[in-house]
Amino acid sequence: MDTPILEMKSITKEFPGVKALDEVTFSVKKGEIHCLVGENGAGKSTLMKVLSGVHPYGSYSGEIYVEGELQKFNGIRDSERAGIAIIYQELALIPELSVYENIFLGNELTDGMVINANETIKQSIDILEKVGLRVNPETKIRDLGVGKQQLVEIAKALKKQVKILILDEPTAALNENDSDNLLKLILELKKQGVTSILISHKLREVLAIADTVTVLRDGKTICTLDASDGQLTEAVLIRNMVGRSIDNVFPKRKAHNIGKEALRLENWGAYSPSLGRDVLKDVNLNVHDGEIVGIAGLMGSGRTELAKSIFGNPDEYRLSGKIFVNGHEAKFSNPRDAIDARLAYVTEDRKRNGLILIQDVKQNITLANLEELTRVGVIDENEEIVVANRSKEDLNIKTPSIEQFLRNLSGGNQQKVSLAKWLFVKPGVMILDEPTRGIDVGAKYEIYTVMNALVEQGMSIIMISSELPEVLGMSDRVYVMSAGRIKGELSASEATQEKIMELAVDY
Amino acid sequence: MTEERITPGKSKKSSALLELLRKNISQYFMFIALIGIMVIFTITTKGVFISSRNISNLLNQMGYIAVLAVGMTLVIIIRHIDLSVGYLAGFLGAFSAIALTFWGWPVYAVLPVVLILGVISGLLTSTPIAKLGVPAFVSTMAAGLIFRGALLLVTMGTGTIIIRDRLYNAIGNGFIPDLKLFVLPGNRHFLTLLIGLIFIILYIVNAVKSRNKKLSYKFDVLSPSLFVMQLVLVSVIIGYIAWTLSGYNGISWSLVIVLLVVGIFQFITTKTPLGRHIYAVGGNPEAAELSGISVSKITYIVFGAMGLLSALSGIMYASRLHSATTTAGLGFETDAIAAAFVGGVSAAGGVGTITGSIVGALVMMSLTSGMNLMGIDISLQYIVRGAVLVLAVVVDRATRKNR
Ligand SMILES: Nc1ncnc2c1ncn2[C@@H]1O[C@H](COP(=O)(O)OP(=O)(O)OP(=O)(O)O)[C@@H](O)[C@H]1O
Ligand SMILES: [Mg+2]
Repeated sequence: MDTPILEMKSITKEFPGVKALDEVTFSVKKGEIHCLVGENGAGKSTLMKVLSGVHPYGSYSGEIYVEGELQKFNGIRDSERAGIAIIYQELALIPELSVYENIFLGNELTDGMVINANETIKQSIDILEKVGLRVNPETKIRDLGVGKQQLVEIAKALKKQVKILILDEPTAALNENDSDNLLKLILELKKQGVTSILISHKLREVLAIADTVTVLRDGKTICTLDASDGQLTEAVLIRNMVGRSIDNVFPKRKAHNIGKEALRLENWGAYSPSLGRDVLKDVNLNVHDGEIVGIAGLMGSGRTELAKSIFGNPDEYRLSGKIFVNGHEAKFSNPRDAIDARLAYVTEDRKRNGLILIQDVKQNITLANLEELTRVGVIDENEEIVVANRSKEDLNIKTPSIEQFLRNLSGGNQQKVSLAKWLFVKPGVMILDEPTRGIDVGAKYEIYTVMNALVEQGMSIIMISSELPEVLGMSDRVYVMSAGRIKGELSASEATQEKIMELAVDY
Repeated sequence: MTEERITPGKSKKSSALLELLRKNISQYFMFIALIGIMVIFTITTKGVFISSRNISNLLNQMGYIAVLAVGMTLVIIIRHIDLSVGYLAGFLGAFSAIALTFWGWPVYAVLPVVLILGVISGLLTSTPIAKLGVPAFVSTMAAGLIFRGALLLVTMGTGTIIIRDRLYNAIGNGFIPDLKLFVLPGNRHFLTLLIGLIFIILYIVNAVKSRNKKLSYKFDVLSPSLFVMQLVLVSVIIGYIAWTLSGYNGISWSLVIVLLVVGIFQFITTKTPLGRHIYAVGGNPEAAELSGISVSKITYIVFGAMGLLSALSGIMYASRLHSATTTAGLGFETDAIAAAFVGGVSAAGGVGTITGSIVGALVMMSLTSGMNLMGIDISLQYIVRGAVLVLAVVVDRATRKNR
């Protein structure tokens, strides 16, 4: 038997109050695609951060062998030298630099002392081609959506000499097309001899490309399964991940009444002066009390712009059209107005504009509705703790304490905090932008259950989602967007993946 | 901190103490450093440093920097900087001198007018920042130049303006009157001791109340022994300060102003929604905006407060010197910024406390005072203060990292 290209033995890593990894063993064969799965907070990202030197040698116990040699990484530089490249769950690009500058950051191509921009751009185009991203390399990162940014990250990693490529939830932000492209890319790299470690909550794609799957739960290795023979099923994975079986991905919904109209948009449009065109045009849609309306569409189809413009935060866009809340025309000049009209908006990119990572769980949860906790001008901090603890229990947020800083929570649990925050404003209409991105199957089920309970109580939900099964499984009605317009409206009974995709690619 | 965390009594106690220490290590560290510095100077000056007279002087001297440091803390928390505060203070100090001496305005008219002018200046300075996203560095530097010009302009004809108003000059030099009920040995200031006692009682009552409140919620609290230790420690500190001050004229008006400012701003930042909003804007402006917090409004409020405190600082300084000079305000901003950073404010935004910055101001002031007493040359003093500033920030970063 060959020595494995990577072996991690009895890795234990503790944070104050949390044992994130507990005697984890993890072994990867040369040239394989090895998937790492587990619930939110299971320790997947932490294990990869140990491997890549983010948590340096000495801050954990256990041993790491790469091609049989003991490694003591003190930082990313060390692991890169050993041929390990990692793409983090949290994107690590510089927003103000262009795509090509980001790709070559730290490895600039130079003529003598001067950066050779032309050559860099030329090479960037090739690399971008590889990851299937068609953008001008001179575009600034901040002008790209998260999906495209993810592709740039991958391009950046590919540029280095990699033996082991680690991808932490690379497809979480991607739509199906781009995910497929990415998976093909990983298979392609496998042919060229690159070993990949992939973390994902999308079990379908795990089964599609994995040779081997390792399951982590509560910081322990539960099992390593062979997936190359096609015998492995989602049910087996889920059972190992959550310790019980989940029969339905979508919880059953009680029949409930759909009531009066809660929100309506008429000829809604947004014009971008800097782009010189409409980013939204002739959008007519509505949502009723007790209804979940899904908004499907490809990346860049204007869904997030729609959500932000409804919520009184249209960035630089000039809005036109009318908005009606409970039958009355409304005008939101800022998010405060929207919140006061009992709207809530759970953002797509929780790190960038959803949460405050340097504050603790409780402060994040109460931020949008401090009035409720304020008595004669003073925040009642005891009440605040009660509220936060209740949210923590209701949504099953995994954190040692509500006083934990948000940046120390796993991605999925951050998303739950984001949801908790907006539930605390007790909204009538809730806009969820990719609500289950990066969330494990068990937690997804929990979030869907919460959504069902909310609409049963009469709340309206607008759910923007790139995951078609989710759109189909949860929506009472589906709007499909493309190029800033609504291309069609489908009832739950009409909607199928094919029909949605057909409308979504109709420019 | 949650009710469901069950740990056996003994280990919980010690872990609670460790937890407390760990969480606040960077704050405690500067406090401990301050005490260390004071002890060292007390030794090197053979006790002169710790004498009532010197401590009283030190506190009065730091007044005009302390109030600036409070405002600067807020400004840095929301990821900005204000370089205009020194000259704004200088200009408004000169304005008040002119109004008093040349225009014959009474003090009670001058003070509110100057304070309001301070707020207006702060708002004007921050308009390009809040509305157009001009970097605060640029906008406030420009404002600083303008205020400097204004200061030179108004003092051009006269040069230094001597202020003769006794009420006004008392702000920077006077002490609270004593209740002459009886004479204490050593001529100690009775009212000062009484105020110290009242502070101690208020503190204890408050602490017990808030602990009981927490207990009624079944939250974790400090164990009784630790709690009593904390009460005793704080009471001793307050008592000691009051005792020291009572040995030399008692509490000064300067100190009263600083305590009021610190009390008010500490309250706002820690207890009110406005305070939360300020930290939220500093922590992540985009998320704050989408949470219904107007970032531009918070920016105006913070710079408005900074303007107000600059005006106050200018008054305190002019009053202390009995005069307005053409160089008043020079370098105040540097001292205020240094105090804030020594006190643990983070330039990345969202992190910092009012009390921390006051400790920072005390550290810097103690250095100056101690070195002056030792007769150390001014050139060396600058070098030491620079080194301490860097050191403090390095230590702060190191202790913050492992959280
Ligand atoms: N820097 C840190 N400080 C404290 N706790 C941490 C830190 N990083 C991670 N943790 C904790 O360690 C545990 C494992 O987190 P990790 O990010 O590895 O989970 P994950 O499996 O990647 O989850 P997800 O699927 O949600 O991304 C969590 O309980 C998390 O809160
Ligand atoms: Mg993770």
